[in-house]
Amino acid sequence: MEKFTNHTGRVAPLRNSDVDTDQIIPASYLKRVTRTGFEDGLFAAWRKAVPDFVLNRPEYEGATILVAGRDFGTGSSREHAVWALRDYGFRVVISPRFGDIFRGNSLTAGLLTVVADADVVERLFARAEADPASEVTVDLGKRTIEAGDIHAAFELDDYTRWRLMEGLDDIGLTLRHAEDITGFEVQRPSWRPVTTSR
Amino acid sequence: MARTLAAKIWQEHVVRQASGEPDLLYVDLHLVHEVTSPQAFEGLRLAGRTVRRPDLTIATEDHNVPTTGAGEPIADLVSRTQVETLRRNCEEFGVPLYPMGDAAQGIVHVIGPQLGLTQPGMTIVCGDSHTSTHGALGALAFGIGTSQVEHVLATQTLPMDPFKTMAVTVRGQLPDGVTAKDVILAVIATIGTGGGQGHVIEYRGDAIEAMSMESRLTVCNMSIEAGARAGLVAPDETTFGYLKGRPFAPSGDDWEIALASWRELRTDDDAVFDKEVEIDATRLEPFVTWGTNPGQGAPLGGEVPDPASFDDDGRRTAAEKALAYMDLRPGTPLRAVTVDTVFLGSCTNGRIEDLRAAAGVLAGRRVAGGVRMLVVPGSMQVKEQAELEGLDAVFTAAGAQWRSAGCSMCLGMNPDQLGPGERSASTSNRNFEGRQGPGGRTHLVSPQVAAATAVVGRLAAPADLS
Repeated sequence: MEKFTNHTGRVAPLRNSDVDTDQIIPASYLKRVTRTGFEDGLFAAWRKAVPDFVLNRPEYEGATILVAGRDFGTGSSREHAVWALRDYGFRVVISPRFGDIFRGNSLTAGLLTVVADADVVERLFARAEADPASEVTVDLGKRTIEAGDIHAAFELDDYTRWRLMEGLDDIGLTLRHAEDITGFEVQRPSWRPVTTSR
Repeated sequence: MARTLAAKIWQEHVVRQASGEPDLLYVDLHLVHEVTSPQAFEGLRLAGRTVRRPDLTIATEDHNVPTTGAGEPIADLVSRTQVETLRRNCEEFGVPLYPMGDAAQGIVHVIGPQLGLTQPGMTIVCGDSHTSTHGALGALAFGIGTSQVEHVLATQTLPMDPFKTMAVTVRGQLPDGVTAKDVILAVIATIGTGGGQGHVIEYRGDAIEAMSMESRLTVCNMSIEAGARAGLVAPDETTFGYLKGRPFAPSGDDWEIALASWRELRTDDDAVFDKEVEIDATRLEPFVTWGTNPGQGAPLGGEVPDPASFDDDGRRTAAEKALAYMDLRPGTPLRAVTVDTVFLGSCTNGRIEDLRAAAGVLAGRRVAGGVRMLVVPGSMQVKEQAELEGLDAVFTAAGAQWRSAGCSMCLGMNPDQLGPGERSASTSNRNFEGRQGPGGRTHLVSPQVAAATAVVGRLAAPADLS
């Protein structure tokens, strides 16, 4: 995973709440067996059907920070939603609240999801709408959002922050504790089911 | 200290706990399907890793599979490649697989309980958000992303922070014609699509206790639609009766040992939940959705709401967008909404009791002209049982299409889709924009309402039929 320390970029304001992962990437794009190249699926239905959808507007081309309404990434567990955002060029998503599985996927795959108060999100919307060229800095080290006169702190647990800043592989970290796993397996109840015999 | 059921299961599965780190949680059962696993297996290959416990892993083909034809290769080449990739991966890594054509193939969340692999007190994960279904048997079961699928394949564990707990207590007796689906749609409308975020919901109360195992599976299935990580029900005699004799259930002395352990799986009387919600079952009615998320629902006897009636700005804007997409006008009686398509199936309502309930309504009646009805059993075993009982004949005599098992029109990854502008009454779990096909419009309903709607051609309950 690529290290994440801080990021400065322009904002795409997506004034929708309850953006489910079916909207982020429709199911027809989930048939692929690759892990990259999902940018064409990002918000595919809205990009196709809604001419003034934020990603269709030239002034937001090249935005790397997506700011969205409450409950972003609800629904399906598809990590393809994170891959599509990442492959399209987004490094950060800011919302008042995220779907749990989407959030977990993003922080595992190196897309920083930032939970910000609704009023901070509203001010970020207004700023990006008034001046699409304006930039926002998200600093993971300091856990802050800086944009003009907007100064906001955000929460992220120390462990996740450390893992993102070091770009560490979760599986590698867990395998350091392989002996603990083996120890646990020895004392598991023997009557628990196995899938290989019935 | 008094603990909730979810906390007990969690603590029994902690491999390692360290200050400032997530718990390392052991996974008893890992369910795999073709859509969210190829990148995970590829990751293992690239890193030179193996599947740690293929004997705690099981795979099936469900999302892409066609529900017509008999065993010929999938026509859609991309879908076919994905299914063939799963087969190759399972063979290479030694994971047991129930492929298309196998008598036990079906939707991953239908076959787990059916085979008796889903048992009380287990931790269960799958790269699919409806993994919460398995909680109906008193397991802690939750959906994960593909990176986590890879993690579980490699280590049989997941680093996780404990979930918060929420009690949803449903009290009283359900009125006639009100089903588990109506209960969960009402719960979601009450707490909202984000209301359960970060929580595992324990469903309790006499209305839940009175439910069959399959009804509880329906309730737990849609926990994710309330934003919750998982949903569960404490195991009881209904659970034990359901499991006894199933292929992977413990037998002989093991059954008695397991049973003694399962009887301990209850929330302590003085345990405290982080959140509590109460639902009066006696006041519930058949429930349908009018919008584009599962929280946008109302009793069938109601009307399409006026967005202006919502105080909250966000909810009002969401309702306006939803009505525009759904092409519905405020104040329209829900019973006046006409449909083109009725879909009976999915991991929410594709089990034998669902099919029986719908067939009971359709028997001696006809699907309305201009309406197509698809009946898609949740598994090949459900299909076989339905055919033994003659339900297939009821459906086909009514003019419905009798299909093979799969996820089908729940998400339209196979050819079963809505066309642009088409409207369905669907027993599935999501009414998101385009969920059942680009431009398609979905109303979520129970199997009984689906069947009555098919007969009338408009949203209807069995009580509306003469």
